[in-house]
Formats: sequence, structure tokens, C-alpha cells
Amino acid sequence: MGPLLDRRGWIGFLGTGLVLIVGIPLLNMLADDSPLHLADYLVPLFGKYACYALLALSLDLVWGYAGILSLGHGAFFALGGYAMGMYLMRQIGTRGVYQNPILPDFMVFLNWKELPWYWYGFDHFAFAALMIVLVPGVLAFAFGWLAFRSRVTGVYLSIITQALTYALWLAFFRNDMGFGGNNGMTDFKDLLGIPLQTAAMRRGLYVVSVLALGLGFLVCRYIVASKLGRLLLAVRDAQSRVRFLGYSVAHAQVFVFTISAMLAGIAGALYVPQVGIINPSEFSPGNSIEVAIWVAVGGRGTLVGAVIGAVVINAAKTYLTGSVPEAWLYVLGGLFVLVTLVFPRGIVGFVDQVRSLRRPRAAEKLADEKVAP
Amino acid sequence: MSVTASPEFATSLLYLDGVTVSFDGFKALNALSFVVDRGELRSIIGPNGAGKTTMMDVVTGKTRPDDGQVIFDGKVDLTRLDEAAIANLGIGRKFQKPTVFENLTVFANLELARKTVRRIIPTLFARLDGGARDEIDAMIRRIGLAGRERVPAGALSHGQKQWLEIGMLLIQDAQLLLLDEPVAGMTDRETEATADLVRSLAGEHTVVVVEHDMEFVRSLAARVTVLHEGSVLADGSIDFVQNHQGVIDVYLGR
Repeated sequence: MGPLLDRRGWIGFLGTGLVLIVGIPLLNMLADDSPLHLADYLVPLFGKYACYALLALSLDLVWGYAGILSLGHGAFFALGGYAMGMYLMRQIGTRGVYQNPILPDFMVFLNWKELPWYWYGFDHFAFAALMIVLVPGVLAFAFGWLAFRSRVTGVYLSIITQALTYALWLAFFRNDMGFGGNNGMTDFKDLLGIPLQTAAMRRGLYVVSVLALGLGFLVCRYIVASKLGRLLLAVRDAQSRVRFLGYSVAHAQVFVFTISAMLAGIAGALYVPQVGIINPSEFSPGNSIEVAIWVAVGGRGTLVGAVIGAVVINAAKTYLTGSVPEAWLYVLGGLFVLVTLVFPRGIVGFVDQVRSLRRPRAAEKLADEKVAP
Repeated sequence: MSVTASPEFATSLLYLDGVTVSFDGFKALNALSFVVDRGELRSIIGPNGAGKTTMMDVVTGKTRPDDGQVIFDGKVDLTRLDEAAIANLGIGRKFQKPTVFENLTVFANLELARKTVRRIIPTLFARLDGGARDEIDAMIRRIGLAGRERVPAGALSHGQKQWLEIGMLLIQDAQLLLLDEPVAGMTDRETEATADLVRSLAGEHTVVVVEHDMEFVRSLAARVTVLHEGSVLADGSIDFVQNHQGVIDVYLGR
């Protein structure tokens, strides 16, 4: 029923996209001594924010619209990241410390003789790309199938998603899992034959991350504006009514959970080459909780809010962990409490409120059309 | 005075046969048996704890009985199916507390309820054609909510929510409508309007109404089944059951 975006939405979407995709790389390409020159280190940093924003978007899709508060989305992000990491490890080839053409350094170090079967295929980018969406997708499908079919919801679901990411955290720490153990994977050389350390590659990865964020946003928008989107809100608000209408609540939940996990996996895969490392800390339960805070602060059930929340909090984190590192966790915790108590609808909800005070008539019209969060 | 009606099988839409449900030893339904005919309007009354809501839970698949069968349309045993499958057979249920999707508009509530493919992917790509739109608009008028289609259902009055929920069952194209206390919390005028609406449904649909409000039950002028302690105590016209000694004893607390 609802269009993908209205006219103003499209202008905002395309305008922001243009600035981010054309503007930022251009500023970076200016001469070093130009006052407008964007420092090289900022490009992958912005790219990282875009990946976080995509991760937040994926959580908002399940939490804001279907009422599934997953506190394990960091796991899907990390799995996508590991799939990319495995491809990047295979790309190193003989340039590793041990110069083994097949085995990554950590396997040689552990005295492994051959590549474990689950590493097969990761030397091909297409295969790795498939795994980036497939592995998180299949895990989410299986996990969701078991949880939602048994009608696990609410706090219980949040707790078992924490358990999921915690279990993976412990598993990936183990050396004999074959994923690099504690140290994870790093020292990546190139992606698709292009060295990762070049400025052009960094700009390229940044642009791809922003594009992925934009496409992810449109996919989420398409889902929430569809009849299925309204069904998800219905599931969130009155599950038994949905069942008595003849819909399968579990199928709707599994579907959206799986799509969301795939988006998170893509975010993780784009994140890894930009930060240059993937290790088990990405599975830490705290990471997943932090994502929920980004979404809550930005305003859940709005999609835009998730993106804003992820970028604002991570920018603050970058700044604060640099200047007053010991303050960061207090700021994050305080922010979460403040938002929950004072602005339950987050930054986006707060802006809407201020606007509606200014232009009461336009707001009424808006409220009529809009689905409340 | 329980009903044993195997010969009536052919015309029956719903046939409960010896249904027993116990919760921790307490028998909420005790070998409950009765038959509802196709197109019939039936009222079910009974004191608190008589098993009225449990009976609806069993028919709609929310509760599985320990014993007994629930035969729908002479062929399907409902006790083997889940809620969604039962709903798709054409059984709609209105809850005691009006349950609509408060954050969705009246129109969207009916859109979701309208009989269509319930699978996820078709739902994702569903487009409303003109016919469907007209059908929803007609239902909005029928349940007296014209002009309110763009209002979130949460903003409706209590009575309007009840009507919206009934409208959702109708547009779901349910053959059998189970209405749990459809006039609870309604004003007198709303109650009258609801009685008109419910009476107009009989024939086209089969309607089972569970209600406490005796005025309302009387105004429905339908056959009444009285439940007590999980089985049928009396069955007949409203005048018959109101003069039935067993019913009087139960209601007056002996």
C-alpha cells in the first residue's frame, strides 16, 4: 500500500547518498595541503560507521517492526566477517610468514598439514560472497525455526540470542576450530587482487559500504511498507490475533529474522577489510547489546533512526575513547538510561515531536498516515 | 440434558464429542458434547468457570483436549490442527477483550484479515486491487466505521474495536464465527446495534455467541446452551432455559 519512499524521502535519500558517495571520496582525493582535504584515516573510519549503520538497520527490522529484540546480532555480523576473513586469508598465499601457498599462517603454526574441508572454496570470491549471506542466514533460519516454532518471545528470546553469541564466542576462541583462535585473522593483503592498503581501495570499500547501507535501507523499507510489514507490526502487538486470522506467526518471524541476519552478515563482511582484522571479540555479548543501544538511541521502528543512532554513538565513541577513554562506558550507559526515560522514541521521535509542536497541522496529517512505532 | 445427535451429523457444522480438558486435575470441560447446525445462531451461557472460554480455546486450537473430538463440517477433526490451520478452514474467533492491531489503521486491520493467501512471500509482494479495496470499504461501512478508515485502531472506542474485530472475522470469510462476549463494555445503544449485526450474520454464517448479558442473549432470540462445570446443563429456547430448575439453581447459587 505505502510507497517505498515519498518524494521528500527520495530527495533526502538520494541527496545523502550523493554527498556520501561522491563528496567524501572527492574531498579525500584533494591535495594533502588543501584545507578541505579529508585525511586518509577517516575514509575507512566512515566506512566502518556505514557497516555499523547497516548492522543497526538489520536489528531495527526485527526489533522495531517485529518486536524481536535480538541481543545476538553481533554473531551474524561476525560470521559474515569471518567468511570475508577466510577469503582474505586465502588471498595472502605465499606472502605469509611461512609462505605456505595453501595454509594460512596460524594453521602452519599449529602444525596442521592440510586445509580443513570447511575452508574449501574460500579462495574464490564468489563462493565467499555466497557464504557471507548464507552462513548467517542458515544459522538464523535454524535458530529462528526452533525458537519461534516453540513460541519463545520477549525477554526469553533476548536471553537465548545472548547465549547464542556467547557460545560462538567461546567456540571461536578455540584454536582447534580452525578459525585462528584468540588472534583471529589479520595481515590481509588484497581483495580481488587489489591491495587493501591503497587509498583507492579504501575509497572503494567505503563507497561499497555506503551503497550496501543504501540498498539495505531500501530492502528494509520495501519490507516494512509491504503488507508483510503490517503483518509484522501485528505480530509485534497481538500475536494470538494474527494466529486466529490464519497466518503463521513463526513463519513471519523466521523470515524477517533470516533476512535481518543476512544484512548483518553483509555488514560484517564489509567491515573486516576496512579494519583489517576479525577475531572472536566480535562475538562478545556486549557488542550485540551495544547495537540495541544504537537503535534505541536513534529511535526504533523508524529505520532512519537506527542509522542515525549507529553513526552518532560511534562517532562519539571514536572521539571519547581517544580523549577520555575511561568515560566512554559511563556515557554509553547514561545515554541509554536517558533515552529510555526521557525520549523513549529516540532521536527521530524527539525530532518528530519538536516538529509537530512547530507545525501542528502538518503533523496531524502525518500522524494519520504514519504507523506509530 | 446433553445432546446426542449423530443423526443430525449431515447438517451439523460443528460437533463436539465428549471433549474433556483438565488443568491440574480441575476439569474445565467434562465430556462436553453438543452440535451446532450450519447457518445457526447459538448462544452459550453459563456461570463463571463453566468452561465457555475453554470450549472456544479447544475449537480454535489454542488448547488441546485430553479426550474427545471436535468435528468441523462433518469431516475435519480440529483437535489435530494448530490455530492458523483452523482459522484457514473458516473458523474466526473474537476474543473476550477486543483484540485488534492498535498501531495499524482500521483499513490495514481489515486488509490483513481479508481472505487471501496467508503465506509469507505472497504477503510480501501483495498488491491491493480495486476489488479488494471495494470489499474492505464495504466492510468498513457495514461495521459502522465509515470515515474512520485511516484512524489507528487503538484510537477507536471500546465498542468500535469490538465491531472492527467482528468485521475482521467477516472479511476473513469465516463460516463459523465464535464471538466471546461481543457486547462486554458496550453502551446500551452499541449493544442494540451489535445484536442487529449478529442477527444479520446468521444464515450466511454460523455464529456461536458466548455472553453474560441476558438482555443481549434474549434479543438474539436464538437457541441457548447452558454450560455448567464443563458440560451441558440445559439446551433450548431462552424461555425454556430461564425456567429450567437446574439453571435457576446454578445461577442463584442454590
